[in-house]
Amino acid sequence: MTSVPLAPAPARTQGSAPAVRRAPVRRTAGRLAPLVPAVVLLALFMLGPVVWSFYGSFTNAALTGPNAADPEWVGLDNYVRLLSDPTFPQALWLTVLFVVASAVVGQNIAGLGLAMLMRSALAPVRAVVSTLVVTAWVLPEIVAAFAAYAFFHADGTMNSLLANVGISGPDWLFEHPMLAVILANVWRGTAFSMMVYSAAIAEVPPEITEAATVDGAGPVQRLVWIILPTIRRSISTNLMLTTLQTLSVFTLIYVMTGGGPGTNSSTLPILAYQEAFKFAQVGYGTAIATVMLVIGAVFSIVYIRSLKPEVD
Amino acid sequence: MNRTRTRPAPGRAVRPARRRRAPSVAAPGRGPARLLSNAVLVLIGLCFLLPLGWIVLASVDADATLSVGIPSEVTLGNFTAVMTPELTWRPLMNAFLLSAGTGLITVVGSVLAAYPLSRYRMRFNKAFMYAVLFGTCLPITAMMVPVYSLFVRLNLLDSLPGTTFFMAATSLPMAIWMTKNFMDSVPISLEEAAWTDGASAMTTLRRVVLPLMRPGIAVVFIFVFIQAWGNFFVPFVLLLSPEKQPAAVSIFAFFGQYGSVAYGQLAAYSVLYALPAIGLYVLVSRLSGSSFALAGAVKG
Repeated sequence: MTSVPLAPAPARTQGSAPAVRRAPVRRTAGRLAPLVPAVVLLALFMLGPVVWSFYGSFTNAALTGPNAADPEWVGLDNYVRLLSDPTFPQALWLTVLFVVASAVVGQNIAGLGLAMLMRSALAPVRAVVSTLVVTAWVLPEIVAAFAAYAFFHADGTMNSLLANVGISGPDWLFEHPMLAVILANVWRGTAFSMMVYSAAIAEVPPEITEAATVDGAGPVQRLVWIILPTIRRSISTNLMLTTLQTLSVFTLIYVMTGGGPGTNSSTLPILAYQEAFKFAQVGYGTAIATVMLVIGAVFSIVYIRSLKPEVD
Repeated sequence: MNRTRTRPAPGRAVRPARRRRAPSVAAPGRGPARLLSNAVLVLIGLCFLLPLGWIVLASVDADATLSVGIPSEVTLGNFTAVMTPELTWRPLMNAFLLSAGTGLITVVGSVLAAYPLSRYRMRFNKAFMYAVLFGTCLPITAMMVPVYSLFVRLNLLDSLPGTTFFMAATSLPMAIWMTKNFMDSVPISLEEAAWTDGASAMTTLRRVVLPLMRPGIAVVFIFVFIQAWGNFFVPFVLLLSPEKQPAAVSIFAFFGQYGSVAYGQLAAYSVLYALPAIGLYVLVSRLSGSSFALAGAVKG
């Protein structure tokens, strides 16, 4: 679960210096001193790994053996291998499929739909359903993954339900692994979009929807012409955030399918983990990690640019 | 965003007015439409309930299967079977130490960092806040392979303090952002009074600002705690010996060893491990409702 700076408050308080006016340089240094612990931690454990990731992707580092202690510089070998390795394009495609289907389409549409339905729902229905949706999101990820595993297992809930209506369901985790993990991620993540959209829709001025109703707009027309344009900023923010969150989903897929069968559900995080720790190719795994970091960074920059007026 | 869940949408408040106006021809009868939306909602709720229901029902089922079902015999045997020191208590203790440590380091780091960012106008503020926002977005999962090799180099692998500091660093961007926003809502006039009386910036922070933003700090701490408590991948990669691993990792090991037979025990273990996270979430959603009511301090 990740929260987000959806509506950052503008910096509004600028005090005068508490102490006597000293030389500006010393004063600035004194003011910056409280930042030191945070900056050191961030530099060591956030910037450090990112820099290391770029460096490590040019080496043949291994998990054990001589290359573990003293990796050699191999230039672009890992990246050349990425391009020639058929599992990498597959993982890239599966990641795109996973993100688009479960986050961009699934969570956003389900979240928006739930937020809209909640408005006209009876209070107890709304309370119970929103509690259920949020519980799936609040659960520790490994527990959510077990629940989804049990649901889609060949002997699981899904197939018992199908058996009740006379259909013998397939082994979802083996025959349709991507469908299973996509649905599981929609189940787990929709709460976030639902809360973002509920908050956004609550802010839509009622006068406008009222006026549209008077002019004869039906519920669908009100949604398309009034509500969606009004909450478009929340939509773009939410699309970016769910994309970034889904890009780094590891546990759900790892527990449900282990990336398999074969590599049929190995998204980039799973592939990087497997290459580095299962096949002991740390350098190669690091190259995959670097590609992921670059993709994440591009999305982050797009997101931050869209937030720019609020930071300033 | 947590607060919105419990409050009725404003749309409800205007409905009586709308009804009096006699709906136009374009608006279909509200009764059936409302019934339909409630029915759809109940159906969606059921879809969300089924996987959750399995955990709860299987945990008290004497012979649980992978499919959700009414237990043939309700028992607490699954709970007593897993509630042993090695299986449950030590991993839960590790998870608590890891999460509380992460929360503490993060809160101290972010309160200190948020103070200058909130109170002084410096050229460097904007760049720093952008960097923080960027850090918030970075996919941590993508970093774990390089983090592993970095930890090997720094000799921090399999070290609880090392893992705690790493997790604190990854939650710092979000925490700094939240803390700064909470601090921005503490009125500066109170501090100016303290400054006039000769208090230093750090004294003001400790004596004036912190007491006023206690609910905000609690929200940040619990928030970081829940994230650390639920984190699986980071301790899975960085902690190797079973006696140091938190519940998330040991439950996965349990699943690998016995999960394919002892579903009831797996579910019982999951319940024990998930309950603190759910309880804290309820607490934080209560707290965040009151954390913005700080303006009242000015009047006194």
